[in-house]
Amino acid sequence: MKDLTASEFAMVGTRAPRRDARDKIHGITRYADDFSLGGMLYAKVVRSTRASARLVRVDTSKAAALPGVRCIMTAADVPHNVLFTDVPGQTTVVGALRARTQVLAADRVRYFGEPIALIAADTEEIAEQARGLVEIEYEDLPGVFDPVEAMHPEAPQLEETGNVISRWRVRQGDVDAGFAAADVIVEHTYQTPFIDHAFIEPEIGVGWLDEDGVITIRVATQVIEHFRDVANVLGLPHSKVRLIAPFIGGGFGGKEDVTVEVYIGLLVWKTGRPVRLLYTREESIITPTKRHPFRMRYKHGVRKDGTITAIEAEFISDAGAYAYLSPLVLLYAMVHSSGPYRCANVKVDGTAVLTNNTPTSAFRGFGSAQPAFGYESQMDACARAISMDPLAFRERNYVCKGESLPCGQPVDHAVLLTETARRAWEALGPSCAAPPGKRLGRGIASTLTSFGRIVWLHDWSAAWVELQMDGTIMVRIGVPDLGGGQASSLVQITAEIFRIPMSSITIHIGDSSLTPLAGTTTATRQLYMSGSAVHKAGMELRAGLLEQASSVLGVPAAALTMDGGAVVQVDGAKRISFQELAASCSRSGRERYRHSVFHAPAGKVMDFETGQGRVFPDLTFGSQAVEVEVDEATGAVRVTKLATCYDVGRVINRNSVEGQMEGGAAMGLGYALTEEDILEQGVPRTPNLMTYLIPTALDVPDITTIVLESGEGSGPWGARGIGEPAMVPTAPAIANAVYDAVGVRLTQLPLTPERVWRAMRDAAP
Amino acid sequence: MSASRMEERVSQRTISFTLNGQPMRLEINPHETLLHVLRERAAAAEVKSGCERGDCGACAVLVDGRGVNSCLTLAVQVDGKAVTTVRGLGTPDAPHPLQAAFLEQGAAQCGFCIPGMLVTLQAFLSERPAPTRAEIREAIAGNLCRCTGYHKILDAAETAARQMRAVQA
Repeated sequence: MKDLTASEFAMVGTRAPRRDARDKIHGITRYADDFSLGGMLYAKVVRSTRASARLVRVDTSKAAALPGVRCIMTAADVPHNVLFTDVPGQTTVVGALRARTQVLAADRVRYFGEPIALIAADTEEIAEQARGLVEIEYEDLPGVFDPVEAMHPEAPQLEETGNVISRWRVRQGDVDAGFAAADVIVEHTYQTPFIDHAFIEPEIGVGWLDEDGVITIRVATQVIEHFRDVANVLGLPHSKVRLIAPFIGGGFGGKEDVTVEVYIGLLVWKTGRPVRLLYTREESIITPTKRHPFRMRYKHGVRKDGTITAIEAEFISDAGAYAYLSPLVLLYAMVHSSGPYRCANVKVDGTAVLTNNTPTSAFRGFGSAQPAFGYESQMDACARAISMDPLAFRERNYVCKGESLPCGQPVDHAVLLTETARRAWEALGPSCAAPPGKRLGRGIASTLTSFGRIVWLHDWSAAWVELQMDGTIMVRIGVPDLGGGQASSLVQITAEIFRIPMSSITIHIGDSSLTPLAGTTTATRQLYMSGSAVHKAGMELRAGLLEQASSVLGVPAAALTMDGGAVVQVDGAKRISFQELAASCSRSGRERYRHSVFHAPAGKVMDFETGQGRVFPDLTFGSQAVEVEVDEATGAVRVTKLATCYDVGRVINRNSVEGQMEGGAAMGLGYALTEEDILEQGVPRTPNLMTYLIPTALDVPDITTIVLESGEGSGPWGARGIGEPAMVPTAPAIANAVYDAVGVRLTQLPLTPERVWRAMRDAAP
Repeated sequence: MSASRMEERVSQRTISFTLNGQPMRLEINPHETLLHVLRERAAAAEVKSGCERGDCGACAVLVDGRGVNSCLTLAVQVDGKAVTTVRGLGTPDAPHPLQAAFLEQGAAQCGFCIPGMLVTLQAFLSERPAPTRAEIREAIAGNLCRCTGYHKILDAAETAARQMRAVQA
């Protein structure tokens, strides 16, 4: 089947307004919380106020006696009180791990805020009042709050199998020989904080018992496939649970693991009534999941000519109290550990450790953001150590198409890093003089981030594309739309294939029972996977419709194309409208729809001893450059200029691509300067948006966004993913700019005024 | 009748206000926030709840043309006043210039902050029709957005301000 080519594109690459935008701008969109049902109960979660304790007694009798309370559940009421996360391919050291979480704490709590009981009541106020009446007696247990301490054999153990839940390694060449061949060795230890996704829409869902005993939950989730988790906890057949994802108010990885859906499922199952559960902002911040703090020791050997002779790194990741996706996040970190650079001798060791802190898991950049702060700070430090321009040093070492990363991950497609770095750097423009009391500095970072799931997980996405009897097109696909324009991009692809306006296409998304499953909106995979599924189904349907038109018009299919809602003869007068074509298909028994599955290329499991092998289907590369102004008196850092440049392969919607790049840079700016979930002995101390600081419009400068299109990538028409990659270079670029401004290397995020001021003071002669 | 029920009865208040021009008359409890009353009793689901403590701006509405966080406003305070939400700015067929610019320039992503952002900008532009970009930043500093990085929001606000001035000129 002949594909459409870029020169023919009428829709792809344009700034067509997103399909979902109009409703959002007019306040019409019904998010998960904008939905209620008669007789709906309001749920609350009773949570642990200890980070590590044995549950001696949980007495719900007073709460149950409160008028208006309809249901209270504790661990004993949960049919199967365990949630599993299958984490494939564990190292031989640790053994196969089935990461498990208790749904409700049975006899022990391992983190502050761990759920102990569920309450459903006639009103939210009654549920809240009842929460205060549940009596819980704890016996405090020793806790451990630092992953390094947790690795000691005498440390309090969170699980019988020990606190270390994952170890991965990468081995290539001989690092000792590499360091011996180096002129300079640069070694630093870097630290990154817990951070919160801080989507503006908190975790929320409404569930009800639908016909035929199907528990249906309309929930803000990135993963409608969690219907299986709800069913497993309830001991129901999978077909008896249905998850619907409406448009979501932001996810960023924080709505990837199970949040409210299992609790709602339990309460609907127990009461038979509709149930709503909305987290408060405080609950959203203190409950799982967060981004992993990493402690990273990096050692680079370089020659004076700019060759990197060896990279050695050691990562320790704080998994919090339960594994969730920690082993996978660490695996991603291993693959990304050297950055987009070639090096013959590499040795990396990573360990993920349980502590009594809030559990950590997926966060935009999934294991690629933390190492980027390390390796890009190192690249800057190495360049300075050999008195080479940081850009020139990077250019000398960028990996090229056709080569492999040090872990053996092949680089199949174009690598435009040199262009991205130069374009971003040039976009900063000429330097100005620093205002009095301020120092200006500039920095750059180049990074890579994978997109698509691990190749041995056999990822797939399915799409249904149908020509309606009136000549319009319907798409059905189980994609949750987090706000990135996931659904609209699929509509735009469909519009291109059938050459009709986007307004002639309706898309149904995010229903685990009624739309073909398309996999998770995670891993920057939806444009790649579901874009490819829609492309496949659409092109197949197009081919079938052209054949049908060929038989009706008596013109060879090769001489036909689509335009303006009709099949038309190329250089000819014959045409048949989509409406007539649909009728013709019905009469002759030809299908007016296609259900197609796109399978990502599968691969063998990597070598666990050496970390060598292909892990990801594809990679996205880009650079960001920033200018900062550092206040000499206070250490406060302000970003005055920011330029971001990526090769996205192929633009589907230009506004959406730029939106991801701008929003990603702003999120990276928060990671660099202000964001930190502070925990003291496991107790969250920043449980609101007044203490947990995400960037405001005053903090983010105007962003220069430069989009490159190599035409090479695994997605539809050569597209690559951009959602996660967009936030990764910002923090190291800012840290490098601070070094440029004040001559001090900050190794711990965020770069708070206090840290910068202290570092400047300590470095003063 | 129990003491608590009697108390509830005694403390109920009736308030009248307009919501996007429509007259409303509601029995409320004096402790209820405007956010709660709008969402739960006035079917104004377009008013978003993000933090319920005035930190995020998602719940912003206009009261007599002035922007307020409805989570920090008691419903009794709007008695006799005009409340405007994003649905009072324009309709899909007749959008407000801000809404048209937000659509064209891709300023909305997840969209959850947008209703609050738009009414805040409307109140601001009606007082300052020719603002600098820095002044617009200041005006929306209390409206948090996690998706866009604010760039396209600022672009759209500038475009809308220009169009609104052109219409008035």
